[in-house]
Amino acid sequence: MIKTTAKKIYIVLIFIFLYAPIATLMVFSFNKSRTRAKWGGFTFQWYLSLLGNREIMQALWNTLFIALVSSLSAVVIGTVACIAINNMNKRRRAVILGITNIPMLNADIVTGISLMLLFISLGFKFGLGTILLSHITFNIPYVILCVMPRMKQLNPSTYEAALDLGASPVLAFFKVVFPDILPGVLSGFLMAFTMSLDDFIITHFTKGAGVDTLSTKIYTEVKKGIKPEMYALSTIIFVTVLLLLFLVNKAPKEKNERRI
Amino acid sequence: MKNSRLKLLSSPYIVWAVIFIIVPLGMVFYYGLTDKTGAFTLENVMAVMSEEHAKALWISLGLSLLSTAVCFFLAYPLAMILAHMNVNQHSFIVLIFILPMWMNFLLRTLAWQTLLEKTGAINNLLSFFHLPPLNIINTPYAIVLGMVYNFLPFMVLPIYNALVKIDPNVVNAAKDLGANPIQTFFKITLPLSIPGIISGITMVFIPALTTFVISKLLGGSKILLIGNVIEEEFTQAGNWHLGSGLSIVLMIFILINMAASAIFDKDGEGGLL
Amino acid sequence: MNKELINLVDISKAFDGETVLDELNLNIHENEFLTLLGPSGCGKTTTLRILGGFATPDKGSVIFDGKDITNLPPNKRQLNTVFQKYALFSHMNIAENIAFGLKIKNKPKTYIDDKIKYALKLVNLEGFEKRMPDSLSGGQQQRIAIARAIVNEPKVLLLDEPLGALDLKLRQDMQYELIRLKNELGITFIYVTHDQEEALTMSDTIVVMNQGYIQQIGTPETIYNEPENAFVADFIGDSNIIDAIMLEDRLVSILDTRFHCVDTGFGRNQPVDVVIRPEDVELTAPEDGILKGTVTHLIFKGVHYEMEVTANGFEWLVHSTGMFPVGTEVGIKVDPFNIQIMNKPASEDEEAAGIEE
Repeated sequence: MIKTTAKKIYIVLIFIFLYAPIATLMVFSFNKSRTRAKWGGFTFQWYLSLLGNREIMQALWNTLFIALVSSLSAVVIGTVACIAINNMNKRRRAVILGITNIPMLNADIVTGISLMLLFISLGFKFGLGTILLSHITFNIPYVILCVMPRMKQLNPSTYEAALDLGASPVLAFFKVVFPDILPGVLSGFLMAFTMSLDDFIITHFTKGAGVDTLSTKIYTEVKKGIKPEMYALSTIIFVTVLLLLFLVNKAPKEKNERRI
Repeated sequence: MKNSRLKLLSSPYIVWAVIFIIVPLGMVFYYGLTDKTGAFTLENVMAVMSEEHAKALWISLGLSLLSTAVCFFLAYPLAMILAHMNVNQHSFIVLIFILPMWMNFLLRTLAWQTLLEKTGAINNLLSFFHLPPLNIINTPYAIVLGMVYNFLPFMVLPIYNALVKIDPNVVNAAKDLGANPIQTFFKITLPLSIPGIISGITMVFIPALTTFVISKLLGGSKILLIGNVIEEEFTQAGNWHLGSGLSIVLMIFILINMAASAIFDKDGEGGLL
Repeated sequence: MNKELINLVDISKAFDGETVLDELNLNIHENEFLTLLGPSGCGKTTTLRILGGFATPDKGSVIFDGKDITNLPPNKRQLNTVFQKYALFSHMNIAENIAFGLKIKNKPKTYIDDKIKYALKLVNLEGFEKRMPDSLSGGQQQRIAIARAIVNEPKVLLLDEPLGALDLKLRQDMQYELIRLKNELGITFIYVTHDQEEALTMSDTIVVMNQGYIQQIGTPETIYNEPENAFVADFIGDSNIIDAIMLEDRLVSILDTRFHCVDTGFGRNQPVDVVIRPEDVELTAPEDGILKGTVTHLIFKGVHYEMEVTANGFEWLVHSTGMFPVGTEVGIKVDPFNIQIMNKPASEDEEAAGIEE
């Protein structure tokens, strides 16, 4: 019994470690005082002034736009690539998957500057477009990582059975293959969306002047002091995600174990 | 689905990968191995030997190795406890570690500044228990803490996944053959979880080695890591050749790490998911 | 029978409030091949895990060679287990797998090497020392799992559905192999399976279990020929289980027809269950039978024909080398020795409990 108590205490300590900063940020969002260090009383004012803060709202829309478009594009490109990779021989598959792993294993800073060098030499105008291209690039591997295992588990006979019963290859794919790999596609999308949302380093090197995501906005604010509205916004985002997850967990669960 | 035409479906991705993965890396190598006139030189790579850069590299290596070690020793017991909990909670456990990512990484790291301050929450708590205060803000230890905080999930999840995959009967078999719990751990559980450990080490060590944000936020501006040096070459000093040369040095370390993991994890079993 | 080696005394075990074993008592002898047989969830695997030390009973005790080992951890027990799906150490080669237990006990290297050689020879896998478990077939892995257990010279070998993952032909070969091994080693085998054929082929003693209770203990012949209740009769082989009334000693009314039998002591006009094996049902010309019926199904099974005969509202399952086409009127006859009379359980619970004592 002492052992199980010790285990529980250990888990709790780790979770305090992981979530203490998050709790701290939430407290900041209700702090009347503009500086982090002092508690000036409870207030909702930052949540109200948030809506009027055009810079932060613009950064938020940029962030959401990039996260959504880049993860959707990555899902399409990645899923199609998975179908093809699954049909390759071992050697080709190993080469492609090896290349796919590069953005995941390489340092973000190297990926960031390499893309920056590319965009400069191609004469691209830095802005939302370059950020988007970069995010799609580092998101595709996450999609492939999530979809590939599902693809491998597929029973090839079901696709052939659909063809045998008269379905066209495209129809057969959407009726038979797609539902089977859907959980992988969904978790790939979620993963890509999260990674895009949380990215700072690659965006830092591929954004143009005047275009900001939340991450880069925060980074520039670090020296001047973070605007309290930022805490309010982060709190809203976090709580929203938490509620969504709670709702999803409450919903009837899929029977076969889904691996995120 | 064995249809050779299906292979053509990979072409969009292959084109994408060539343009946005291979070519950019090639450019880093091109810039890193040439000077401003375009002539071949090793000067930018060798620049890492200069006192200033060597120091940054050593500090980076030291701090990232230390945080990798701390992550490992914190994560392994945790992963073991989690792996022995109810079996049907896999995705829940993964979620709990991914969830913090929905709070911006910079803000989360900044929050530690407040927590670690002289009169911050942690020191208040310590003094309440009459413990000596913790003055690590703007020191290398704060950077290590930031690294451990940010990258711990990447150590826990692969190890957890590796441990969950071990057939409980294999552990039982070792006990059955006379091994006590300690022998069972070192001879069976630990070796079988090596793929997870290796990928955990990779996923913590590389971002820790190359970060420039955590050091900037928690180290004061006094401590320069190799990542800070590279970042400054690109955004402030504007010497892309030098920055690329130092990036090549970074990639050498990454390659060494990848080669090591390829040896230990032949089947690519260790993974975040 | 040899001397008793293991006694399970009043063992009870529940998981999440659900009783898996209920006051189980079992004595296991030296050099016995004992099989725990039953459907999944009957408690056979739990019994084995309690013996191996991987589970602790909620109540009761495990006595080994006169000593109470109920709370002894598995690594201190003189038994070894062959696990379901083998549980080989995938990061060690075959020699290292087999040597594992001996190295733990700090045996000298020459002794270990000899033992590995001996064990591999015993399981017909000489020269496999340096191979990795993944490169072996299921049958070979199974042999290694056995070799790994027996080099430790256990007094008892526990086998948990060891042949479950193998295909039919290999399974039959391994059955003979296991009997040979047991005879060569001269130790006790405790074998868990849900496969009645496996149990009948190999065992000295079969323990039929259901819902945490022992239903019957006996030799394969007794279990097959004289099942003590409907569960055992139904579980072991095919059988016709029919409601009947014991009119008096040696006379039973089956489907309102009087049959002679050899059982006594059930009292008068007592409701009973009757078991008749399909191969014990004789088909005759309609006028020669005790019952008249019509053949409704006919399948050729190789060794015999399998037929269903409807007589007095009951579908009789019949195995016979003679063939009667569907629709034929036949007579049914049963030798009195082949009618097995069983007490009716009063309730479902009692059915599970059976005649345990």
